Amino acid sequence: MLSIKNLSATVADKPILKGLTLEVPAGEVHAIMGPNGAGKSTLSYVLTGREGYVVTQGSATLDGEDLLALAPDERAARGVFLSFQYPLEIPGVPGLTFIRTALNAQRKARGEAEVSAPEFLKRAREVAGSLKIDFEMLKRPLNVGFSGGEKKRMEIFQMAMLSPRFLILDETDSGLDIDALKIVAEGVNALRGPDRAMLVITHYQRLLDYIKPDKVHVLAGGRIAATGGPELAHELEAHGYDRWVA
Amino acid sequence: MTLGMSLARAIETGDVTVLPGRRDEDWRWTDLRGLVREIPTPAKRQPISGGGQFGGSNPIVLAGGGFDGVIADRSCGGESFVRFVALEGSQHATLGVDIQEGAQCVLLESHEALADGYLSAVDLDINIGRGASLTRIVLADDAESGVNVVTATVTLAAGASFAQTILTTGAKRQRFETRVTHPGQDAKVRLDGAYLIGDRRHADFTTVVTHAGPGGATTQLSKGAVGGQGRAVFQGRIVVEKGADQTDARMGHHALILSDRGEVDAKPELLIHADDVSCAHGNTVGNLNQDALFYARQRGIPEAQAKAMLTEAFVGEVVDRIEHEGAREICRAWVAEKLRGLA
Ligand SMILES: Nc1ncnc2c1ncn2[C@@H]1O[C@H](COP(=O)(O)OP(=O)(O)OP(=O)(O)O)[C@@H](O)[C@H]1O
Ligand SMILES: [Mg+2]
Repeated sequence: MLSIKNLSATVADKPILKGLTLEVPAGEVHAIMGPNGAGKSTLSYVLTGREGYVVTQGSATLDGEDLLALAPDERAARGVFLSFQYPLEIPGVPGLTFIRTALNAQRKARGEAEVSAPEFLKRAREVAGSLKIDFEMLKRPLNVGFSGGEKKRMEIFQMAMLSPRFLILDETDSGLDIDALKIVAEGVNALRGPDRAMLVITHYQRLLDYIKPDKVHVLAGGRIAATGGPELAHELEAHGYDRWVA
Repeated sequence: MTLGMSLARAIETGDVTVLPGRRDEDWRWTDLRGLVREIPTPAKRQPISGGGQFGGSNPIVLAGGGFDGVIADRSCGGESFVRFVALEGSQHATLGVDIQEGAQCVLLESHEALADGYLSAVDLDINIGRGASLTRIVLADDAESGVNVVTATVTLAAGASFAQTILTTGAKRQRFETRVTHPGQDAKVRLDGAYLIGDRRHADFTTVVTHAGPGGATTQLSKGAVGGQGRAVFQGRIVVEKGADQTDARMGHHALILSDRGEVDAKPELLIHADDVSCAHGNTVGNLNQDALFYARQRGIPEAQAKAMLTEAFVGEVVDRIEHEGAREICRAWVAEKLRGLA
């Protein structure tokens, strides 16, 4: 599924990723942990094509296709979804309008038919119900004035509506209360399947109790410094990153 | 500016030296003198059918100039449709609008072009009687090569209200000037507008509101977006004369520049000679929020569509303030269509 080879990237001329290599096969969930400022969000932006994140060497492919050559919206249409560490506010555009526009744009890019308004609304109600999101909130301008936790829930709502194939969750757990964390984890787990894969960026082992990873990686020094099973997350929780940070 | 200098007069006399230009303070950003080298021959007036942008029945049509009027009294009220249609050549149209005491009227006005390279001057003389109200909604669809100057002179009586929304895509040079004599005395004025300016187009919103008596309210919101090598001008002046106490006036102008070469010139002015007034103005010019744009694209919305969506949301605030529901929805669709071509 996702294959990253020897990837280096700079932000404002500062090298952040330095020869990062990572494979996430279809059907698997990989967690990425690492100290603040290690470049975890940078990796998520490089994979989604954000301006200002400049790739200086290496490659990233999704099912063999060069991701880095595609525009951000083309990557999204291929099924790449990022749950933002800091979701943006979209003044004047109701959440439902935004998501329906996105869904139909993706479908159009894939040569699929548009989803009709009634069909879309029916599905939106179901998904909102399962994530315990007040439907009225979806009529408000997206994320404007939402609390930190509400914004994170909206990310998962969008993810469920768009049903992407490759998911990147960047600290989706931060800002969520304990009940919300469970609901969000259920929403994420519902999308697990043999044709999908996930990269879960987190600082806390707690999230990984709910979203069980196949592998845990440590991102430090601009590359994957260590890889292990779920037990690695426990070890990090106990001992921190001293071993990998010079 | 010397008295009597105007595009209308230049068209009437064929004399280009009476055109206002960059040396005239109020016209420095909308130079006609430097642009128009000669006045083309007068347009041949011709009958035009159809309802125009608002699709209304029995519109007043002024094609190639002419004179007509709208008179609303308490019994008729309702909606009046007016179409100004620019034809080849030069033309001057005049419309008198007389809203009699207590009447309520909606003026749905469109500016259209059936030619290129025309000169058009339109004058509206609007009088709103005691306790009467007029809503003026304008959709302006000028040609890229046309010149159009639309001047409305509005006089309100005590307790009258005037609400205006102008939506435009500009022209080679285009100006909507609105001059309001505000008596105070519970009269209310709302002057709104939105411009959607594409490459090599120009639009100018100029307003002058003179509060001559106490206890009046004015609110203004202009918003717009400029792409390509387009240019927008906003000149908003509110004068509160001596004795016009308890005036409440607010003016906002907010613009988005969508390209490297787009330009916005703004001059908001509050000239206050009275006491105990509440006046405020805000003016911002910026770019689309790049983070919001990336967010939309990450969700799968292509760049041009995402820009149009965010711009529409930005300008939508002006459309939302239109109280007439039918016109509001026509305006909303018009803005969405024009933005598809802009972003
Ligand atoms: N626009 C920018 N200009 C300059 N430096 C930047 C910019 N964006 C990110 N950086 C720097 O890049 C480095 C990596 O940041 P990044 O956000 O990827 O870290 P992170 O691993 O996600 O950290 P956290 O755990 O705190 O979220 C940091 O040192 C950060 O300051
Ligand atoms: Mg981060």
